[in-house]
Amino acid sequence: MASTANAIDARGVSKVFKGAGQDEVRALDNVSVTIRENEFFTLLGPSGCGKTTLLRLIAGFDFPTEGEILLHGENIALLPPYKRPVNTVFQNYALFPHMTVGQNIAFGLEMLGKPKDEIAARVSEMLKLVRMEELKDRRTSQISGGQQQRVALARALAPRPKVLLLDEPLSALDYKLRKDMQIELKRLQHDTGITFIFVTHDQEEALTMSDRIAVMSKGKILQVGSPHDIYVRPVDHFVANFIGETNFLKGKVISSKGGKATVELAPGGTLLADVPEAGLPKGEISLVVRPENATLVKPGKGDLSGTVETIVYFGTDTHVHLKLTDGTAFMVRQQNAAGSGVDVKTGDKAGIAIAAGTPRILMD
Amino acid sequence: MATERRKPFAIKAQPGFGLVAMLCFFMLYLPIAILVVYAFNAGENIALWEGFSLRWFQSAWANETVQEAAMRSLFLASVSATIATIVAGMAAIATTRTAPYRGLTFKYAMINQPLMVPEIVTAVSLLIVFSRFKVWTGYSGIGYLVLAHTAFCIPFAYLPIRARLENMDLTLERAAADLYATPWQAFKRVTLPLLVPGLVAGYMLAFVISLDDVVITEFVKSGGQETLPTYMLGQLRRAVSPEINAIATVFLALSVLLVTLFYFVNRKKN
Amino acid sequence: MMSDATRIAENARRADIRNRWWLTAPALFILFVAAIGPLLVVLLYSFMLKGDFGDVKYGQFSLDGWFSVFFERDIFDDTVGIAEAHVSILWRSVKLSLITTLLTLFIGFPTAYYISIQEPRRRDLLVFMVTIPFWTNILIRTFAMQEVVRNEGVINTLLVWSGIVDRPIQIMYTDWAIFFGMVYVYLPLMVLPLYASMEKIDFRLVEAGYDLYAGRFQVLRRVIIPLVKPGIVAGSILVFIPSLGAYVTPRVLGGGKNLMLGNLIDLQFGQGKNWPLGSALSITLLVIVTVALLFYVRNASKSGGGHGH
Repeated sequence: MASTANAIDARGVSKVFKGAGQDEVRALDNVSVTIRENEFFTLLGPSGCGKTTLLRLIAGFDFPTEGEILLHGENIALLPPYKRPVNTVFQNYALFPHMTVGQNIAFGLEMLGKPKDEIAARVSEMLKLVRMEELKDRRTSQISGGQQQRVALARALAPRPKVLLLDEPLSALDYKLRKDMQIELKRLQHDTGITFIFVTHDQEEALTMSDRIAVMSKGKILQVGSPHDIYVRPVDHFVANFIGETNFLKGKVISSKGGKATVELAPGGTLLADVPEAGLPKGEISLVVRPENATLVKPGKGDLSGTVETIVYFGTDTHVHLKLTDGTAFMVRQQNAAGSGVDVKTGDKAGIAIAAGTPRILMD
Repeated sequence: MATERRKPFAIKAQPGFGLVAMLCFFMLYLPIAILVVYAFNAGENIALWEGFSLRWFQSAWANETVQEAAMRSLFLASVSATIATIVAGMAAIATTRTAPYRGLTFKYAMINQPLMVPEIVTAVSLLIVFSRFKVWTGYSGIGYLVLAHTAFCIPFAYLPIRARLENMDLTLERAAADLYATPWQAFKRVTLPLLVPGLVAGYMLAFVISLDDVVITEFVKSGGQETLPTYMLGQLRRAVSPEINAIATVFLALSVLLVTLFYFVNRKKN
Repeated sequence: MMSDATRIAENARRADIRNRWWLTAPALFILFVAAIGPLLVVLLYSFMLKGDFGDVKYGQFSLDGWFSVFFERDIFDDTVGIAEAHVSILWRSVKLSLITTLLTLFIGFPTAYYISIQEPRRRDLLVFMVTIPFWTNILIRTFAMQEVVRNEGVINTLLVWSGIVDRPIQIMYTDWAIFFGMVYVYLPLMVLPLYASMEKIDFRLVEAGYDLYAGRFQVLRRVIIPLVKPGIVAGSILVFIPSLGAYVTPRVLGGGKNLMLGNLIDLQFGQGKNWPLGSALSITLLVIVTVALLFYVRNASKSGGGHGH
């Protein structure tokens, strides 16, 4: 493993767009990231965070203002797109409307000058892979959105790229189809063994599909890690907020011993939290508590106390919104399994117990 | 309470508008209809209907001057439209899908200029310049007409091609590049095939515009270079024979055919 | 590294712009030789001394051409007076063009509106029916109008037949004939842009108008007309400009004396043999047209520029 180079190594990559007049937009700001061979890697962030720009730099549709992009150790930052062994699945699929499904899939192979029989064989192989054999001679306008999605995948995979780039490919599909395609994509990645770089703004999609996720905001990568890592150990407010639902508690570290810090909370009481790898931030700190790690207990018990403000029923679980003694909003997610949870109603006082080991100290 | 039956309120309707519209269509088609009907009149009198006949079509067809003028018109239209479509297509590619650059506005102004100048002004300006050229070079052939027609056809060919290019999805070419097509291959395999409806529409517009032109041709032509419209203009000054109706009817049919074709080419692209 | 990437991008941009100039060069060349260039020559000619048998005397500059656009010198006593013939023709051109524009608007507006509220199939058919005359040779349409207005034409035949008049009334070769012809010829030019903007009317706004107690006329005046104003301006300009420069229609229908500006220009290059005056008149026409166009552009950009040509 150590001997093989990484699939993609972005080093100090910046991209500055010239706006109107003197304005400059820094779409990427000194981004460095390593994407390993054979992984399903996701760039996650809100629109305008730079994720698509990074993808376009890897694809070759734009060139970085600074920094290098290595593909298996070779700098490809300034190569035109048609000289990179990287293929893209576009957000709107970008299927050629004047060609059939089969011709679309064959296009890349033709451009590479492959022999005819090899192309034909590869096209059938690809059609089989995405389960579309019977639609080979259809026009791309005559097939459904989900089928277009599969053709786009087959077309991009046909030339056996070293890396497959996917630019929000599921955003145009309806909910049910999107769920199916998520599983399909996972299977394709597993079957082909190609490195996938997936761009999305949908945190749920990112969590379910990825081996690793890079969370981006304002042209920077804030955190890279496994879905579990990112969800359980977010580094800052943005990551914690962007992924899943979160309670923030302000407080002060009063002591720290053996990797554990004791935090005095602003709403009263103390909590024990792990010291982050990067060390303890100075001054007032913020703690993250996921709503499912908090439970309602009798008033006066637990780590925190508050007043119930709103109760929202969600079927599998119920969200109880409380106001803590200092006015901080706090949400508890209770599972609706029979006999679980404490029965409360709006206006009730309640205690909140927080599972040990779950609070995280943020770096900002 | 007794319920009164009322017509539902039509949100979109405006009183009298339908009537005016009917009148408008009647006005648009009545003169054309009369023109066509009298082309089939057996008699020489253009006011009296004396029975159905194709004699005026036959006499127009047999008229060598008309034949020659018709051939010249078709030749001019096809040559001018071809050149105009090619150069306008190149210009359209060069003026679309780009960040604004120095000279772009100048190019737009140049290309659209013939649309903004009254025909009579263009006509006299070409008369002045080309009559000089004819003296200097000794050449007074059809080249001047081709040049003049090509020039005023350019904006008409340019418009649909440009519209087609602007509506074309840029990611398609990006996808081609992503799939290892060099810029030239991407143009040949993706851009050009997708541009074809625009080119056809542009060609047809240019063809019709060239075919229809009277004023500029009238001023630019040398002796013996009548086109069908200038021939008709000349005839209209004399006592009109139903032969003109016959020629106009054929001309009209040709225009309708081209417009219909254009309409379907355009519809297919949407 | 930075300079590398920036340099490559800059070079690519420059090469791209250079290619774009090469691609436009043939079109620009043709337009220069057979459109823009000759126009500049016209401007130049308007400042030259007229030749004795047409053309101009090269290198001899003179303001006579421009002078005689509006003024004339008495042959006998050299006093300067207004060139009544020119001014009246200029005035007639403007007047006829304005009336034509107004009348096409009054007919075209309800027509375009009516087309726009039809169900799609019928709407397409009606638009197509307006498009056909639009693309039909102007000479043929003028000729068709001639069939209607001349002494043996439909109008007169009907009038005589019904006994309203006992002999044909002269319409042909009068201003009325030019006027009928121009309205007929330019009507499609009004309907099409009007329709283009009416097609885009959001009828929820009309519903909102009725909901807020407006009557039919108030909805028309306060909601629909303001919404389609760009179309009204576009259509009016599209009719006004060619009307002003009309040549074929007045020549065929108007006969000898009832000239318009276009025919006056023609005359200077033909029998008049006064090329500088013809050139000056051409430039005058061009200036009026340009002013009208600028008015349109300003208006179009004010209303958001959302409207096409």
